[in-house]
Amino acid sequence: MSEHDPHTETHGAPASVAPETRAPEPAEDTLDLPFEPMELKMGPSHPATHGTVRILLKLDGERIVESEVEVGYLHRGFEKECESGLYYQAFPYTDRLNYVSPMINNVGYALACEKLFAIDVPERCKYLRVIASEVSRMSDHYTCLGACSLELGAFTAFLYAVEAREHVWDIHDHLCGARVTTNYVRIGGVSVDVGREFPAFVRDKLAQAAKLQQDLEDLLLANPIFRERMEKTGLLSKEQLVALGVTGPLLRAAGVPYDIRRAQPYLVYDRVDFDVPVGELGDNLDRFLVRIEELKQSRRIVEQCLDQMPPGPVDVNDPKVRLAGKGRVFNRMEELIAQFKLVTEGPTPPVGEVYLAVEGGNGELGFYLVSDGTGKPYKCRARSPSFSNTQALSPMIQGALLADVIPTFDMINMIGGECDR
Amino acid sequence: MPEAPTAPTGEAAGVSETGDATARHPVLRRLADAFGSAIIATDDFRGDATAIVDRGALIAMCRFLRDDPDASFDLLVDVTAVDYLGRSPRFEIVYHLYSVEKNHRLRLKVPVEESDPSVASVVDVWPGANWLERETWDLYGIRFDGHPGLKRIYLYEEFEGHPLRKDYPKERRQPIIGPGAVHRDPMNDDLRK
Repeated sequence: MSEHDPHTETHGAPASVAPETRAPEPAEDTLDLPFEPMELKMGPSHPATHGTVRILLKLDGERIVESEVEVGYLHRGFEKECESGLYYQAFPYTDRLNYVSPMINNVGYALACEKLFAIDVPERCKYLRVIASEVSRMSDHYTCLGACSLELGAFTAFLYAVEAREHVWDIHDHLCGARVTTNYVRIGGVSVDVGREFPAFVRDKLAQAAKLQQDLEDLLLANPIFRERMEKTGLLSKEQLVALGVTGPLLRAAGVPYDIRRAQPYLVYDRVDFDVPVGELGDNLDRFLVRIEELKQSRRIVEQCLDQMPPGPVDVNDPKVRLAGKGRVFNRMEELIAQFKLVTEGPTPPVGEVYLAVEGGNGELGFYLVSDGTGKPYKCRARSPSFSNTQALSPMIQGALLADVIPTFDMINMIGGECDR
Repeated sequence: MPEAPTAPTGEAAGVSETGDATARHPVLRRLADAFGSAIIATDDFRGDATAIVDRGALIAMCRFLRDDPDASFDLLVDVTAVDYLGRSPRFEIVYHLYSVEKNHRLRLKVPVEESDPSVASVVDVWPGANWLERETWDLYGIRFDGHPGLKRIYLYEEFEGHPLRKDYPKERRQPIIGPGAVHRDPMNDDLRK
C-alpha cells in the first residue's frame, strides 16, 4: 500500500541511517569556525514528549549529531506488584500498561493466564474480547494520530481525533463502565456480558468515529506542510528495525508484514476477514498511513464480530477458575467452597511457565508468566512493544533535523505506561 | 489452542528431561544436533519450545539461531531474568526469540549462580538487546559482559539494590537523594517533635 503523491520524486530507502541532506551547502566564502555541539535536554517535561521521556540531544545547528533517550520516568513496578498479588488482582495493573488501549492489555494477560491454566473460554467471550481489543486499538491509533497532528501544529485535526476517540471510549464505557481503566477481562471470561442493544450502539459509534476520521484524513494528508514534515523522516531500514526488536505499525510501515493476529491467530482472528496494511518506505508518513488503514480494518473486524457473535455464556464453567454466579454459590456446596477459595487463595495453576503474545497497538505485547503452583504469579513479565520501539528512536533521529524528532517520536507512539511499566 | 496440562516438573519451573520436546519441535532438534552437551534440558510446557543452555555456549548458540537458514531467529523479542531464590543456580536469564520468516518461537534459558550473576551480552547478535539487558541489570543485578554501556535504565543511578530480586522487599524505602536532602525516617516523622 502506498499513498504517496505520484508527482513527488521516487524514493528508495537510503542505505545509511541518516536521512538525505536537507540543509543547503555553505557558500564559498564562509569561514570554518570552531564549534562545539550544543547540548539540549528535551523532556521529560516537554509538551511533545508525552508519556514522559527525556531525549538528550547534541546538536550541530539544527542537526542531531548524538542523542540519548532516557526512559523510566513512569516506572511503577508492575512486575513487583503482580508478584505480591493473586493472578486476578493483576488486571487493574494491566489496564495501566498501555493506558490508551487498555482492553488489549487485559485480553493479553487473560490469554496468557488461560494458556497457563489450560482453559478455553466460550465462543461469545472470544468475540467480545476481539471487539474489545479492536476498539481499544482504535483508541490507541486515534490518540497517536491526534497527538502527532497536534505537535505538528494541526490543532483542529487533534480535536477531531480526540472526538473520534470519545466515541470509542463510549463503547468501552458500555462494555465495562469505564472509559480508560477498563478492567474488563477476567481469567476464564469477561466481567459482564453485553445487552441486546450493543451491536446497534457499536455500529453507530464507529460510524460517527469514521466520519471524523475522514475529516482528519482530508485535513492532513494533502496538506503540503504535513507531507513535508512526515515524508522521508525517521527512516530506518527494515533489517535494522527487526534487529532492534521493533514490531507493530513501525515494522509494518517498513514493509515487514508481521502481525500476530495473522501470524499466530488467537481468539477469533482466524474467522474474520481483515487486511494487514503494510507500507513501503517506513518513513513517518507510512507509519501514519498504516495506522489510518488499521483503523478502517479494526472497524471491519468489529462489524464482522458483531454479525458472528453467538448467544451463550461468557464465562468458562469452571468454578475453580471463574466465579460461578451467586445463584449457584448460595445453593451448592462445591461452588460455595470454590468461591471462597477463589477469593482468598486465587486460582492456582500448575507449576510451569508460558509466554503468550498478542498484537498490541504498538506491536508484540507479550506476557511471560512463571508459576510456582501457588495463587500468586512467581513472575509476571509484560514484554512491552513501546520499550523496544523507543530504543529505535535514537538511530532514527541520528543526523536528522531537530524538527524531525517530533513526528518521529509521535509515530513511534511511545506510551509511557507500557514503556516503563 | 492450549494443550492438555502436563505433569508439574518439581520445585523450579521449567526444568525437565530432554527427549520428547526435541521430537515435537524441529528447532530444538536442530539446536541439539549443533550444540549437543551445551543443552542442559529442553521442554515444551504448553507448547512453548524451551531450551536450557549452558552459559559458555550462549553467544555461539545465538549466532547460530540467527544465521542458520532453518532457524532464522532474527527478532529478539525479550530478555529477562527469573530469581529462584533458595535454589542453586539462583537466576535464570530468559531469552525469547522469534523468526519473522519462519514464524516460530523459541525460549532460551541460561542458569547463572548467585556468586557470579553474569552472562555474555548478545548485543552484537541482536542490537535490540541493548535496552533489554540494561533493564535486566537494573532490576535483577545480572551483569552482561561486553555490553557497550551497562547502566540502569528505569531507576536512578543512586538507587541501592536490584528491586525485582526476591530478597528485595516491596516496601523497602530508599535514602533520599538530591541537593539539600535531609534524610527523614518516614515511619517516624512527626514534625511536632
